[in-house]
Amino acid sequence: MDLSAINPILLLASLMVAATPILLAAIGELVVERAGVLNLGVEGMMITGAICGFIIAVATGSPWLGFIGAAIGGAMLSLLFGVLTQFLLSNQVATGLALTLFGLGLSALMGQGYLGIRAPSFPDWHIPLLGDIPVIGPIVFQHDPMVYIGLLIVASVWFFLNRTRGGLILRAVGENHDAAHALGYHVRRTRMLAIMFGGACAGLGGAYLSLVRVPQWTEGMTAGAGWIALAIVVFASWKPGRLVLGAYLFGGVTVLQLNLQAAGVAVPVEYLSMSPYLATIAVLVIMSAGRAPGSLGRIFHAAR
Amino acid sequence: MKRRTLLASGVAAATLAMAGLPALAQDKTKVGFVYVGPVGDGGWTYEHDKGRQAVEAEFGDAVETVFVESVPEGPDAVRVMQQMALDGADLIFTTSFGYMDQTLEVAAKFPDVKFEHATGFKTADNVGIYSARFYEGRAVQGHIAGNLTKSNIIGYIGSFPIPEVVRGINAAYLAAKAVNPDVEFKIVWAYTWFDPAKEAEAANVLIEQGADVVLQHTDSTAPQAAAQAAGNVYTFGQASDMAEYGPMPRVSSIIDNWAPYYIARTKAVMDGTWESDSTWDGIGAGMVGIGEITDAVPADVKASAEALRDAIAAGEIHPFTGPVNKQDGSVWLADGETADDGTLLGMNFYVEGIEGDIPQ
Repeated sequence: MDLSAINPILLLASLMVAATPILLAAIGELVVERAGVLNLGVEGMMITGAICGFIIAVATGSPWLGFIGAAIGGAMLSLLFGVLTQFLLSNQVATGLALTLFGLGLSALMGQGYLGIRAPSFPDWHIPLLGDIPVIGPIVFQHDPMVYIGLLIVASVWFFLNRTRGGLILRAVGENHDAAHALGYHVRRTRMLAIMFGGACAGLGGAYLSLVRVPQWTEGMTAGAGWIALAIVVFASWKPGRLVLGAYLFGGVTVLQLNLQAAGVAVPVEYLSMSPYLATIAVLVIMSAGRAPGSLGRIFHAAR
Repeated sequence: MKRRTLLASGVAAATLAMAGLPALAQDKTKVGFVYVGPVGDGGWTYEHDKGRQAVEAEFGDAVETVFVESVPEGPDAVRVMQQMALDGADLIFTTSFGYMDQTLEVAAKFPDVKFEHATGFKTADNVGIYSARFYEGRAVQGHIAGNLTKSNIIGYIGSFPIPEVVRGINAAYLAAKAVNPDVEFKIVWAYTWFDPAKEAEAANVLIEQGADVVLQHTDSTAPQAAAQAAGNVYTFGQASDMAEYGPMPRVSSIIDNWAPYYIARTKAVMDGTWESDSTWDGIGAGMVGIGEITDAVPADVKASAEALRDAIAAGEIHPFTGPVNKQDGSVWLADGETADDGTLLGMNFYVEGIEGDIPQ
């Protein structure tokens, strides 16, 4: 055992990178759930975003265009979910699960010709001045731009939900869609926009895997990240601030586990891989105050 | 139509169909392949699929091949194999260690179908086993790695703690130690054969902890990409050449070449001469290939690595030659003694000098 082999600065730095895909997917799902919709298709939207982003990045040579394509791809798939659940009133749980399975298959089909190809590189930003601060510099200020964009999206979502009129309407729709409808708000329109935002964010998270983390395309490469994102939303009790904490915690576990192994500490992998979910359950029990949005998962029909 | 005539004609049709099917199936020899990863993984499964394509190219219309990819190890594999056998396969290759018990289970139900299980150690009347002596290639890798490393830390991404993988670690370590006494191995178990995100993560962690050579026993090219991003880190292609990552970070590779074996066994089934066997071939027989050693490796190291490769191929050097102690210090091989295949096939211990425990 040689714990000194673990460099805490590098560990924290790689933690920020490891947390980014699940952070992006989770913030999208948070908005969706605050609007009262439970979309279990995060995994499917992530992987679809991963391949859409990869295809476009390879075709154009620009990772930035790839990310935009990934967001559009994820949003398109979520649109399917939106039409099914909001207009055809299908069951949200079943539709979400179907969306995950569909996304996995669709992405495998789209990615047929893209196996073994390398993505255009996406260099890290070495932020001048800030990046040179000892200790904090390498941890916080020497990452690729998407890490900061992810945090920016979280901050914007917080501001939108808590400080704007639009956010208030979205929360009202999520808490009690009948009351919101009675007040004259467009429940369906609000929810469709939220669902598309969720899809776009999940797509960005998936593209982060295929364009930055791995960076290549392989089938099923999200490997359950979408489910972790769903768990984080509950863990964070639907609050953006706690979501960041949760994402870093969950992302940290994977990095830490490998670091411990390489340092020779024999912690059974199974314990560490189940720990995020155990933490979620524990948080649910302890913080029963973290109440889910009132209309979460319920079908809205104006005439009922 | 009266009900009775309907029933009668139905029975007649069914009889006809049943009589017709075997006759049709006799025309072509049907060969099935069960893969653990996608055929595009660029590594293990990719090479098996090249073997399958070679069988098709060799026999043309006389054979029909089918494959199912990304079949999980464990009970789910039974379903896939059973379906293949029911669909009339004459010969089924199950290409991962984790299909061992499932292969035997299905084989017992279909005594007329021949099975070939890769890298396992259990046989039956209609189950043969085959594997390649990858540890011979690992010794060449270890030799190059021991020479290349400057930090004296070599990272190793293990898949599952099974004899196959442990054998590779030991062979690489012994060869690295022989040329560099200060060398240290850091081993990370990924518990997967194929998960690019996890493999990239593991490679990054090893690099962060000081490894400047990373060996992998997982199937994707993700560790190569991670090493490339990190810069001055050397890697080796696993199962397939992975030449697209050369000349740096990939400096050489182990290439599995299953095609000759698959063709020979398919021929045996066609001729009716197939018998259960246990094949374990190495560099000499061509089942294990060493990918081109790139110019990133100093010329003298390249020459000595090639000499080692040729000596192993000729049978002059055995990668496990004594004196070798086990991790706990007890004697395993006396001076000049070479390891027997039985011990190698069931290898569940590290040799002396490797730190850490094999997870149970």
